Amino acid sequence: MATIDEKTTSEIVAEFDSRPELLVQILQTIVMRFGWIPEKTIRQLAGELNLSRADVHGVVEYYHDFRTSEPGRHIVKICQAEACQAMGSRELTRHAETTLAMSLHDTANDITLEPVYCLGNCACSPAVMVNGKTYGRVDAPRFNALLDSLRGDD
Amino acid sequence: MARTKIYVPRETAAVSVGADEVALAIARIAKKTAADVELIRNGSWGASWLEPLVEVDVDGTRIAYGNVAADDVESMFVADLLKGGEHARRLGPTTEIPYLINQDRWTFWRCGLINPLSIEDFELHQGFNALSKAFAEGAESVLQAVADSGLRGRGGAGFPTGIKWRTVADAAGDQKYIACNADEGDSGTFSDRMLMEGDPFGLIEAMAIAGFAVGASKGYIYLRSEYPLTHSILSRAIASARDAGWLGEDIKGSGFNFDIDLHLGAGSYVCGEETAMLESLEGKKGIVRYKPPLPALQGLFGKPTVVNNVVSLASVPNIVNLGGDRYSSMGVNRSKGTLAFQLAGNIKRGGLVEKSFGVTLRELIEDWGGGTASGRPVKAVQVGGPLGAYIPAEQLDTPMDYEAFISIGAMIGHGGIVVFDDTADMAQLARFAMEFCAIESCGKCTPCRIGSTRGVEVIDKIIKGENKDENYDLLVDLCDTMEGASLCAMGGMTPFPVRSALKYFAEDFASPNENQT
Repeated sequence: MATIDEKTTSEIVAEFDSRPELLVQILQTIVMRFGWIPEKTIRQLAGELNLSRADVHGVVEYYHDFRTSEPGRHIVKICQAEACQAMGSRELTRHAETTLAMSLHDTANDITLEPVYCLGNCACSPAVMVNGKTYGRVDAPRFNALLDSLRGDD
Repeated sequence: MARTKIYVPRETAAVSVGADEVALAIARIAKKTAADVELIRNGSWGASWLEPLVEVDVDGTRIAYGNVAADDVESMFVADLLKGGEHARRLGPTTEIPYLINQDRWTFWRCGLINPLSIEDFELHQGFNALSKAFAEGAESVLQAVADSGLRGRGGAGFPTGIKWRTVADAAGDQKYIACNADEGDSGTFSDRMLMEGDPFGLIEAMAIAGFAVGASKGYIYLRSEYPLTHSILSRAIASARDAGWLGEDIKGSGFNFDIDLHLGAGSYVCGEETAMLESLEGKKGIVRYKPPLPALQGLFGKPTVVNNVVSLASVPNIVNLGGDRYSSMGVNRSKGTLAFQLAGNIKRGGLVEKSFGVTLRELIEDWGGGTASGRPVKAVQVGGPLGAYIPAEQLDTPMDYEAFISIGAMIGHGGIVVFDDTADMAQLARFAMEFCAIESCGKCTPCRIGSTRGVEVIDKIIKGENKDENYDLLVDLCDTMEGASLCAMGGMTPFPVRSALKYFAEDFASPNENQT
């Protein structure tokens, strides 16, 4: 993923008519396109939206979606919530951590591994989201196949 | 020969298990064999355990094929799919699947049936009839119908919708809002998502009716970011409704203006709490507000606001069409009408079951759900999301009724039912409840912010067997504090799963040493 530049930030702010009450939407748009929010963007947003840096920083810090460090090219989220736990998501998470040799919240080898608390796919647990797409009934072999398909993209 | 309609759901659960690949395979093979096929991406009927569920329209009867994989499609065509031919995946007519027909579909009746993105299809199936009726009969008549229906908020709190709407209608204000809570964060719940993916115009119509009834010209949908497919479907539906003149200025010559903005959440569970959601809609941190003032009087941007869950709103068009009394004739006691129960977790036949209140937990889990997916005995059931109590197998005969659930220390909430088999470790699940609260707490009040972290530590000590009696008392004391002194349900109800796990599954909290003795 590329890092957002100053010009694009201004364009996104303009798309939202520079309205400070749309800050969450502006940040979400940035994260969906670029994966994260750099410190310099926080400063720029504060200036363009006429908010304090503390205000913007507080909102960025508050929401799980708003990463402040660059994620890997692929984002893999494993649901940790109760319905998925009932179908073995704890074991699946351990399998993922072992296979990828990393822990939840880590980034390595182009992959960011994150927890997520419910993807709303609870009748097809365990659920995993890979690059914004939800997968259901994910056991260890299916998880491995999903990882293989990511490597195929490289 | 006429074109044959084939339905393949574009709905998160179906797509998560291969519906897109099945649709592609159907298109490819239809092309290859020069079959005249119209592929329709419908919503889901809710039988998630059968997804991907493919249907073929044979002379007006839809023949269903369940758990179809892309690899099955070629052999299905060979088996004369277009005529509903026999095949290992064939289930027979959709209208004869017991899971689906034994329901009371009031709110979800169009889900699965129609093409969710076709406004023509929606209008062919009574779409916008209720809004037109509201325009003809006036706001007062809508308010009365909703009050008569006995509808209570389906988001979880169960507050009477009619009273909320009346309060906003009577409130003074130059601007009022309808804020639809689509931040469906509870584990085990997906009914909002299925409704929005399967019948998005139904929600749009419902919000317009709410706006008309209370005098609001602007609506917001606050949708969680974990639902990207829903977001795409809903944004397209809102745009189509605008193009067709069902949103915007002077809707269909009624003189009523109403439009909807779709906002995304950003991964915060607390933003499902109504005041935190309003803060987030204002672009701020999702920190819970003190109540009063009630959002009905001072809600979004300080203006009178109806905050309703997706399913509460979507239940209204039929209440307007068929009358509040029809709705209140279903259900039991003070739990009127239907609820979209969601069968999830370790269950053989997971999915959505819309049924009148009064059905028992056992009926839902056994008759619809078919028991656990693992085939092992049910150990515990968590109803109502992560803040709901763990119900032991002995209490499965409890009827689904708000007050009956309160009387056993549980709650119905948003209707999510998560089943665990006998391998579940209830001590770990109790610990998780506290851990989740620590992760998601908005931080405004101390019992929730600090109590949850202390809760994890104390449960760890109990599991290790450290000063067990003392720590047990401490945990109960902590639960009392969180329950009594938290600002919202996050801290106030996290003790429910913890206490119920302690009460009914004390043996799971035994340390390894104790287990040996």
